[in-house]
Amino acid sequence: MKDRNHLSDVSLTHKVSVIDKGLVDIPMLQILQPDGTPHSDASLPELAQEAVLKIYRTMRFIRVLDERMVAAQRQGRISFYLASTGEEAASVASAAALEPQDMIMSQYREQGALAYRGYSTEAFMNQMFSNEKDPNKGRQMPIHYGDKALNFMTISSPLGTQIPQASGYAYGQKMAGQPAVTICYFGEGAASEGDFHAGLNMAAVLHCPVIFFCRNNGYAISTPAEEQFAGDGIASRGLGYGIKTIRVDGNDAFAVYAATKQAREIALAENCPVLIEAMSYRLAAHSTSDDPTGYRSKEEEARWQAKDPIVRLGNWLKAKGWLDEEQDGKDVDQMRQDVLNELKRVEKVPVCGIDDLVEDVYDTPPWHLKEQLEELKQHIRQYPDAYPKTSGRL
Amino acid sequence: MAKMNLLQAINNALILAMTENDKVMVFGEDVGHFGGVFRATSNLQEKFGKARCFNTPLTEQGIMGFANGLASQGSVPVAEIQFGDYIFPAFDQIVNETAKWRYRSGGQFSVGTLTIRTPYGGGIAGGLYHSQSPEAYFAHTPGLKIVVPRNPYQAKGLLLASIRDDNPVLFMEPKRLYRASVGEVPEEDYELPLGKAEIVTQGSDISLLAWGAQMEVMEKAAEMADKVGISCEIIDLRSILPWDVETVCQSVVKTGRLLISHEAPQTGGFASEIAATVQERCFLNLESPIARVCGLDTPYPLAHEKEYMPDHLKVFEAIKRTVNY
Repeated sequence: MKDRNHLSDVSLTHKVSVIDKGLVDIPMLQILQPDGTPHSDASLPELAQEAVLKIYRTMRFIRVLDERMVAAQRQGRISFYLASTGEEAASVASAAALEPQDMIMSQYREQGALAYRGYSTEAFMNQMFSNEKDPNKGRQMPIHYGDKALNFMTISSPLGTQIPQASGYAYGQKMAGQPAVTICYFGEGAASEGDFHAGLNMAAVLHCPVIFFCRNNGYAISTPAEEQFAGDGIASRGLGYGIKTIRVDGNDAFAVYAATKQAREIALAENCPVLIEAMSYRLAAHSTSDDPTGYRSKEEEARWQAKDPIVRLGNWLKAKGWLDEEQDGKDVDQMRQDVLNELKRVEKVPVCGIDDLVEDVYDTPPWHLKEQLEELKQHIRQYPDAYPKTSGRL
Repeated sequence: MAKMNLLQAINNALILAMTENDKVMVFGEDVGHFGGVFRATSNLQEKFGKARCFNTPLTEQGIMGFANGLASQGSVPVAEIQFGDYIFPAFDQIVNETAKWRYRSGGQFSVGTLTIRTPYGGGIAGGLYHSQSPEAYFAHTPGLKIVVPRNPYQAKGLLLASIRDDNPVLFMEPKRLYRASVGEVPEEDYELPLGKAEIVTQGSDISLLAWGAQMEVMEKAAEMADKVGISCEIIDLRSILPWDVETVCQSVVKTGRLLISHEAPQTGGFASEIAATVQERCFLNLESPIARVCGLDTPYPLAHEKEYMPDHLKVFEAIKRTVNY
């Protein structure tokens, strides 16, 4: 039997010792200043022109997609949307620091990571229109993407559930001897869920190569961060779990890239979790069902608009001579056109046939589902006008 | 064949599954070196190493979240929740995640390899929080399978089938029988079918339906009924979800009467679901109302455990009432 002493690292005091906040200063990594000028003492990540342009263009694309789809929701063409305006660097630049074999388990505002992996405009549209071409078979609300080929786990709505799941997934990758990690995205609001505690603690104790990437964007719907937690953000919690932790400026693509790259190296080399807290701001509404004017000021939003991550990287690219302003404008026009064209085309694609209603509940539909499906078909035949999406294809 | 109690049969099944497939991993609270609070996982860590049989921190939602992720990666987790009464912090992970994983992803991703083992049921002076039978909560969740063995032979065959089944299975172990139930168990590998009930005793006057530890109660009541000239057909449902409607209805068509019994509270219990389905299908064959003999609609008591339990005497009385209706 192993002899243990859980007091071995505990020092003694002879007076009541109250530990107050401020013991550890957790600085925020920033490489580019808000105007795009690098800090003189910061080292830029080693990225070739094409690599930086891919990050930049993906961010641009997501901004365009978000604007277009919010408008589509307003027009009643899709039921729901959730933009990531102002947070594009956090998802895109972190995904850029990963390898394709790394699993992404996201919350719901990481469309940038998915686009970086190569999810096409058509694939985005198929999911949002819940049509038969969506590999998720149109079963979830818009923005709940998932693509096995891209190692992007299908998103679920309950908050924080992906956190312990990412620990388990990473443990499996380690056991299989794969040179891969799992990245798990979530917001500072979701970090209040019990699953956050469970997932981080398990990852630390069980040595799971997982990157916990928290987007601290200041708001959980309308609840500001100061009503969400009293400690020093989310980063301070990493220390309590014995998890290596980095705080980074989430609006600085280079800082996000550098932090994630190093986190990945640590996670893989040491078989351990790393927590990243990316400080950002949700310039968008929480979703199309939300109206931020009820809980924050225009002035506050304007202060963060001045820190726009796309403008910041764009300025750096232009100063470097890697981006032509006129071409950039044409690229964005083209993106807008592509998104619009795909939207118009895809909204005509039908939904899955009625048989798919009972598929994938189990590996094969059991007796009661087969019975219920047959009864339903009979009913649809009786009232075909009431069920126009499926009655023509029974 | 070897004589085993229910725990040994489970341990034996886990050893076979872990030997056969490197991807099988067993984890939960205290399941490591200690072998679990009931010793179902004894010696697994010694045999298969700490990476494949390990303690987790004390967090049921964490265990199930971790298990979901691990299963979706392609491993074969057998996660233990120490008592069925403590499964509720994991309810969200099981109901919203485990059960919907395949469906929400259009079959791209799945946690079908997952098995959740948990002891359930009373009769051990466990009071409110070491006695519950939470099967009905989960039976309301499409995407899960629920399996309950009644003896060591069933436990081994059903657990091996559950681990290998390509759907998440909640495997509920009757803890009252862990050591009390002893029987001959083949040492080699075998499986018993999921979703299939078993007719344990043939009879002609009434069908008695139960599962798990309640089967002993049914057999005892049937013996008493036999002495007063009532012939009981005893059925072990074995799988709660999906359940074997065919075997049950065939029996009811034959006997014309049905009694269902479970320890869980009566209201919203799984007996209600069975009764509703059977009356739809066998309405004209029924000679009397379907009887339910269940736990009371109270929290599981301690001092009044004996009074609360749907014991053989309550079942016997219900048999007579039903036959003489």
